[in-house]
Amino acid sequence: MEVKPENINNAQEEIIESFEILAGDRESTVFYIMELGQQLQHLDDKFKTDENIIKGCQSKVWLTAWNEGEYVHYAADSNTDITKGLISLLIRVLSGRKADEIIDADLYFIQKIGMSGIIGSQRSNGLLAMIKQMKLYALAFKTKLAK
Amino acid sequence: MSSIHSNTQVKGFQEHEIEQLRKEFPILHQSVNGKPLVYFDNAATTQKPKVVIESLTRYYFELNSNIHRGAHYLADKATTAFENTRQLLHGFINSDEAEEIIFTQGTTDSINLVANSYGRKFLKEGDEVIISGMEHHSNIVPWQMVCEEKKAHLKIIPVEDDGTLNIEAFKGLLSEKTKIVSVVHISNALGTINPVEEIISLAHQIGAVVFIDGAQASAHLDIDVKKLKCDFYAFSGHKVFGPTGIGILYGKRKLLEAMNPYRGGGEMIREVTFEKTTYNDIPFKFEAGTPNIADVIAFGTALEFTSKLGKKNIAAYEEELREYCTTKLLEIPEIRIIGTAPDKASVVSFLVEGMHPFDVGMMLDAKGIAVRTGHHCTQPLMQRFGIEGTIRISLAVYNTFSEIDICVEALKEIIKKWK
Repeated sequence: MEVKPENINNAQEEIIESFEILAGDRESTVFYIMELGQQLQHLDDKFKTDENIIKGCQSKVWLTAWNEGEYVHYAADSNTDITKGLISLLIRVLSGRKADEIIDADLYFIQKIGMSGIIGSQRSNGLLAMIKQMKLYALAFKTKLAK
Repeated sequence: MSSIHSNTQVKGFQEHEIEQLRKEFPILHQSVNGKPLVYFDNAATTQKPKVVIESLTRYYFELNSNIHRGAHYLADKATTAFENTRQLLHGFINSDEAEEIIFTQGTTDSINLVANSYGRKFLKEGDEVIISGMEHHSNIVPWQMVCEEKKAHLKIIPVEDDGTLNIEAFKGLLSEKTKIVSVVHISNALGTINPVEEIISLAHQIGAVVFIDGAQASAHLDIDVKKLKCDFYAFSGHKVFGPTGIGILYGKRKLLEAMNPYRGGGEMIREVTFEKTTYNDIPFKFEAGTPNIADVIAFGTALEFTSKLGKKNIAAYEEELREYCTTKLLEIPEIRIIGTAPDKASVVSFLVEGMHPFDVGMMLDAKGIAVRTGHHCTQPLMQRFGIEGTIRISLAVYNTFSEIDICVEALKEIIKKWK
């Protein structure tokens, strides 16, 4: 089983490192992201509801979250492998972290790996919508626990 | 692969002629992701030849002035150049008069103009507007909007499995309630060339007016509005080697005169008082405000460029390209072509088994190949085929057989890697 990075920034550093190996070769990068997408854990169809669709994404993305105490977990799926790959990166960084950590996270890896150059500006907006939704979930769980 | 069209009436193009032609398009000679650019997204927009780009810059270097009203040298020069494009269009589509050509922002704008100016004036409750199941959203939404306002009904000509229109069903839809029929000349998503002459004739038999969306036809087919007998025809400059932001609406004089203006402002008036405004004659009645002068002039240059190549030659060459592309794609067992109508223009839409079009598009892009993926602004058509979208190769006269080879090889590699 994969060892989970200690914190959000460690997870980001790991991703940056893995993209460095690709040395900016676009073909390999796209292929790598798609491979990550194929490895993403399958999301049960019952979660693929209109409610769980993230607006702002060009391809369909379903995102669901749950908490175990103060830790927030995510599961997601998409109809395209590229988007699944992007989600898998976000899940690797954010899932299983404390709500506060997620809310405050500065996801610098996206810029560092040159994501907008890889996926294009429009799809970068979709990625931002995903991040926003993940943070909103964290905020909701935090608020719920504080009550 | 060298392929030469040897029809007696049309000469098509030899390979070396295409090589020469490509030199006219500076943008084609660049690398994308370290690979030579293969531009197969021509149905979205065509690239611009040097003469068009130069025409645009020359306007600002030498001619810039507001047109029609100025009584000075530059205003006169700019006006002449601007109106010259209208004259060229008059010939390009064979209209009765140049005044029947209105400059708009593009095909979408032209459809909105007719839906608003004609539709809002003449549609009544219970009337019907017929469009087809393969329309671009821009030939659906404006009609939906006006139908909703006027309590009129939108009827749809169904699409067959091969991507042709069901003309028998269309006949069944026609009635005394039908007031407007608006259909696409060439489908942007499938490439189907619709039998618009027959559609127009059938619609005219019951007294409906017919709008033809010629966005995809302008660069590929000879357009003769007189022969077609259509009431309205529209296309955009940027799909026929011209600049973006400019297009035309052709309308029969009596219809244009009967319609209300679409926008108010300068240029479109005869006399203004606070009590009442009287309107200018066509075409100016529909051209409020300072028009897109530079782009209109460069559009004229694009039309001259296209006419010099010859539409029939373009069509003949593109037909060979499309057939070659289709044959090559069908050699790959995982590929399924969507839209197999006998009459097609240079669009090949397809799916790769087990792969989302978007993923295929991204991988092709990484190899320097520009295609379009998605619903192509024809969501109802995609729903008709039960698919989310397609991968679309759309060819232009400057594309080559070897580019098709590159794309086909790339697809084979992608499929092999991904299986």
